[in-house]
Amino acid sequence: MDPLVASASVIAAALAVGLAAIGPGIGQGNASGSAVEGIARQPEAEGKIRGTLLLTLAFMESLTIYGLVISLVLLFANPFS
Amino acid sequence: MHQSSLLLTVPNTLDSMFLAKIEVGHHLYWQLGNLKLHGQVFLTSWVVIAILVVASLAATRNIQRIPSGLQNLMEYALEFVRDLAKNQIGEKEYRPWVPFVGTLFLFIFLSNWSGALVPWRLIRLPEGELAAPTNDINTTVALALLTSLAYFYAGFSKRGLGYFAKYIEPTPILLPIAILEDFTKPLSLSFRLFGNILADELVVAVLVLLVPLFVPLPIMALGLFTSAIQALVFATLAAAYIHEAIEGHGGEEHESHS
Repeated sequence: MDPLVASASVIAAALAVGLAAIGPGIGQGNASGSAVEGIARQPEAEGKIRGTLLLTLAFMESLTIYGLVISLVLLFANPFS
Repeated sequence: MHQSSLLLTVPNTLDSMFLAKIEVGHHLYWQLGNLKLHGQVFLTSWVVIAILVVASLAATRNIQRIPSGLQNLMEYALEFVRDLAKNQIGEKEYRPWVPFVGTLFLFIFLSNWSGALVPWRLIRLPEGELAAPTNDINTTVALALLTSLAYFYAGFSKRGLGYFAKYIEPTPILLPIAILEDFTKPLSLSFRLFGNILADELVVAVLVLLVPLFVPLPIMALGLFTSAIQALVFATLAAAYIHEAIEGHGGEEHESHS
């Protein structure tokens, strides 16, 4: 592989995961904070809130995973190599 | 898919530890006509399918009024899946979709867990390695396309050609976006599952490579948890899409895809 392409791919892979982690991180923090607030206000709804929270967290996490998929493609199945 | 991949091998000192080797993009190829098949995916998914079939046959072979053992477990699984479909699709329409959603859930769940729990790497292959079937993009794309077909079929069979009204329902200006949505749905479904499972295995593999004992255990437990959640998410989303197709534009509360 061309060293320029290789180094650019590695940097791009790192950036893809790193940048993709920012938004979902904020979102997951917000969601968890609200969930804790909800549980504190209404402890009997804890089970329902937890279920919904886990599902939403998985959705937000998948945004980071998209970045991860891109970086995995760059590292292991690079189309430009 | 052609994958010219580099192999992340461990440094020489650890080379004897084949358990701690990371291989991405290396497959056991089977030739079938003009097609190149990823053999290791087939092997593991056959194992998963066999487990599911044998479990359901054994559970229903001798049905008791008061369930115990395996029958109890399978009844619990059935109830779980039925509630999932009922919650998403609604009381009236959910019944015919229980088998589809349930199969998706059980297959993905068992595949994910088999990748984490069964020590596949003890079985050496000439090339590639056995792992969860869902960490191959082809498996997840197939499942996602099946989901697409299912919700198209659901919409057609329920509403006929009126199903296409949903593309121009609020305003025809949104037509490109509505069409695009049909492509992004299977794309996001398949990438989510594939990425999560592959990421789990990679993280565990990297940790095993660094510290082979005990340290990876919590991450492995987290991986089990995530895999279960991903199976749930896939099945839930499939059911939500089907509901959206059946109900028309009544599915605003399930707008949470991608």
